Amino acid sequence: MSARDRILAKLRGARPAEPLPRPDPAPHYAARARNESKAEALTRFRAAIEGFHADVHVTTEADWPALLARLCADKGVGTLLFGAQTPAGRRLEPATFAGTTLRPWAGQVEDIKADLFHRVDAGFTQTRGAIAETGSLILWSSADEPRTLSLVPPIHFALLDAAHIHPTFYDALVSENWAAGLPTNALLISGPSKTADIQQTLAYGAHGPKELIVLVINAEGDLQ
Amino acid sequence: MSKAPEMAGAGHGTRSYPPRPEAVYFYGTCLVDMFVPEAGMDAITLLEREGVRVIFPDNQTCCGQPAYTSGFPDEARQVVESQLDLFPGDYPIVVPSGSCGGMIRWNWEKVVASDPALKARAAAIAERTFEFAEFLVHVLDFKRPDQGPAVTVALHTSCSARREMGTLLVGRELLARLDNVTLAIHDHESECCGFGGTFSLKHPDVSTAMVSDKVASLKATGACQMVTADCGCMLNITRRAAREDLDAGRTTPSLPGEHLATFLLQRTGGSETTRKEDAR
Amino acid sequence: MSAQANTTGKDAGQPIAFVSAQALRARMHDAVNDPHLRTSFRGAMDFLMAKRAAQFPDADELDSLRSLSESIRQYSLSKLPDLLEQLEANLTRNGVQVHWAETPEEANAIMLGIAQRHQAKLIVKGKSMVSEEIEFNHAMETAGVGALESDMGEYIVQLAGEKPSHIIMPAIHQTKQQIAKLFAEHIPGVDYTDNVDALIQIGRRVLREKFEVADIGLSGVNFAVAETGTLCLVENEGNGRMCTTVPKVHIAITGIEKVVEKLEHVAPLFSILTRSATGQAVSTYFNMISGPRRGEDKDGPEEVHLVLLDNGRSQAYADEQLRKTLQCIRCGACMNHCPVYTRIGGHAYGTTYPGPIGKIVSPHMMGLEQTHLLPTASSLCGACGEVCPVKIPIPELLIRLRGEANSEPHAKPAMRGQGAGHSTLVSFVWRMWARVHARPGSYRAFSWLATRFRAFTPTRQGGWTAARTPLQPAPRRLRDMVKDRR
Repeated sequence: MSARDRILAKLRGARPAEPLPRPDPAPHYAARARNESKAEALTRFRAAIEGFHADVHVTTEADWPALLARLCADKGVGTLLFGAQTPAGRRLEPATFAGTTLRPWAGQVEDIKADLFHRVDAGFTQTRGAIAETGSLILWSSADEPRTLSLVPPIHFALLDAAHIHPTFYDALVSENWAAGLPTNALLISGPSKTADIQQTLAYGAHGPKELIVLVINAEGDLQ
Repeated sequence: MSKAPEMAGAGHGTRSYPPRPEAVYFYGTCLVDMFVPEAGMDAITLLEREGVRVIFPDNQTCCGQPAYTSGFPDEARQVVESQLDLFPGDYPIVVPSGSCGGMIRWNWEKVVASDPALKARAAAIAERTFEFAEFLVHVLDFKRPDQGPAVTVALHTSCSARREMGTLLVGRELLARLDNVTLAIHDHESECCGFGGTFSLKHPDVSTAMVSDKVASLKATGACQMVTADCGCMLNITRRAAREDLDAGRTTPSLPGEHLATFLLQRTGGSETTRKEDAR
Repeated sequence: MSAQANTTGKDAGQPIAFVSAQALRARMHDAVNDPHLRTSFRGAMDFLMAKRAAQFPDADELDSLRSLSESIRQYSLSKLPDLLEQLEANLTRNGVQVHWAETPEEANAIMLGIAQRHQAKLIVKGKSMVSEEIEFNHAMETAGVGALESDMGEYIVQLAGEKPSHIIMPAIHQTKQQIAKLFAEHIPGVDYTDNVDALIQIGRRVLREKFEVADIGLSGVNFAVAETGTLCLVENEGNGRMCTTVPKVHIAITGIEKVVEKLEHVAPLFSILTRSATGQAVSTYFNMISGPRRGEDKDGPEEVHLVLLDNGRSQAYADEQLRKTLQCIRCGACMNHCPVYTRIGGHAYGTTYPGPIGKIVSPHMMGLEQTHLLPTASSLCGACGEVCPVKIPIPELLIRLRGEANSEPHAKPAMRGQGAGHSTLVSFVWRMWARVHARPGSYRAFSWLATRFRAFTPTRQGGWTAARTPLQPAPRRLRDMVKDRR
């Protein structure tokens, strides 16, 4: 008998005859639903993620590439790594980025590991959406936008469409039926990397990005 | 450093209260019976002064808590079984100590659970068991004019009253009804005093650390005394304070403590007899 | 050597299994008499309690979320064997290799085997209390494989040759000055600085070099989702993502109790976990891993392994009451609110998991022989049960374990070490106590004698008079006073 069989046999011998009824989280969330407008959701998302030390810039579908270029220049980003095959990636044109080298992700991570760790200043990714309640970005990794793109470079630029802000994590994963098929890696990101492990003192830039800069495309115009 | 937040208590939710009864059973508990009988007597006097007949079942011994919490469930069961016959009438049962009240209300049933008939009786008893201060506020709506001088006191609410009986606020409520009494909230008010029954005997180092901190924060309020509705906590806190006084060579107690019943009785004119004498 | 180091560093770096829990009293004594430790834990716990309280301004919401979380954990446990099989099937389908271990030794052997197959020299670790539980670092280092902690707190503790003193904030016992000294002494080219930002940047620089070259990344698991075959990790620093993404091999290790059935069950648990633990509305990262690099993926590990560890959990599972222990989601709120933990810190317990939860899980992992004193080290104040996000009745379980320890030693114990705390004398005293109190006549006689002969009450009363004036019965009992009046 293997360890597996022994463990399972012990558990089977002891478990209740009938499993308990399956809990449904829906009523808990429904009772607290806000029925907020997209603008209100954006306001709530923004306040939350800014509270976690992220920068948020509200922009438009037309203007965001220029804004990204300007932010790169402001931050002194020498090299920006991005996925060239995504809809957003295709909008990035070297001509707009004075002083910043646009570097499309090419090959496997092993091919670019040294550069990724030592020479790339910022990574740019799209997002799948966001969560208003907790100020979280939703990222699903893909072949075009690998996991390390939002992790290793010291600055992470993330592009968010305000139309895709969900009230809660629960609403996001239920309304989009995540359980039907998750990518290798799904991720919630709520601010730059941080730690309070030394005397409960908050410090940013622990192991991941030191800065998280969110560009929000808002069809309803700039709320600022 | 930020001050610790006050914890909510009321772990078991709210309960409903009966109308003012003609009589109550008084379950004095062994601690009150043998160590602080005045507190029990004052509680009885207060109840009687409110027009409630007090029945003291003579066969009462102990709620069984010491054995139960020490991990001797059989011994606890024997004692609890001997107490189930004490309350034949349908009167509320009033307990002048939060932890004994909590034992009856939540654990008697568990202790005798192997016998369904006993379990049902224990459950019925639990349903009409009330902590003394809770009973004064919620059933008797105790309101008497404060006849004492202006004082500032500190209140210690036992963990059992706070979490098992859910009666965190009744002590405060009773003190708030006394016009000349100011309540001083001490630092880490919701924290345990470190008694814990056999805990204080088994782990004296930690228990001492806890009670010393409690005494220090009670004293730091500048209150002239401490009141509490739990005799275990009261003895723990006052005897620690007394020991500190002894060690420091102080002859007057730096932190006198009283049961809430004693304090209330004194503030509102003593017993019925003395009140009548005053009126003459 | 400071008093701090005496209480914490004596067994530094030694596997916890070598630290006798029997020495609990001595360690507690040292801890409560260490003013530095007392001040730092009091401050840290006050801070964490205030942060948690701020996360739950709405009592109804907290109540509803706790009930929901409790029911999800109880439901998952009620189907535990089925869910483990479903998890295994879905992980396997996703390309994750699943291993089962009954003991720490088996778990370490499995992981060492993986390391040796890859000729691994360095394993970089994300925070994992289960890896602490099985003394993973010690096992790897004995076999010549480096195991480096990368969570800042764990890294500090490892550098100092210590164990975590808190399950969420491992280095909570260290001051920034101590950490500054540690870094200056142990990290080449680093000068003393007690600037927290600078210290974190030093850690970042050192550990980034390791993420880049490590052969294997190790992590724990916060929730394992059966229906999707997904491993969920909660973290703030990004080291967990590094460990699970950059090295070619990722090994996750977790206890068998961590599985939930539905992905939607994760949302409420995640919310109540971070809010209860550190008082954060959400952690910086919530990482859902459903397999190794596959198809067109450009990064991520080429191999992912999950080790499912029993180590006494099935023993707790076998008893309906003790099973509630397994509801735990490891938030640490019970220790943050515990007046005992606050006074002695995490190291005094001598177990991987300190505080109230440690007192109820450790007996299953280590046996009551070593741990029977732990459940007695509680005043049963109930603060732990009040804040537990999944409503584990910790005080009730402590009482139960006290009973198991007190019972007559069994030939075939249902619990490891059942009866290990049995004392003939103590049992006799309680039997006599019950005799007296279960017979009203005996009690009346006893209490009459005790009050009438109060002058003979001993003035030395064990632990009580260690710090208090002695107790003496009153001259007359309440029942006498009641009789007199009538």
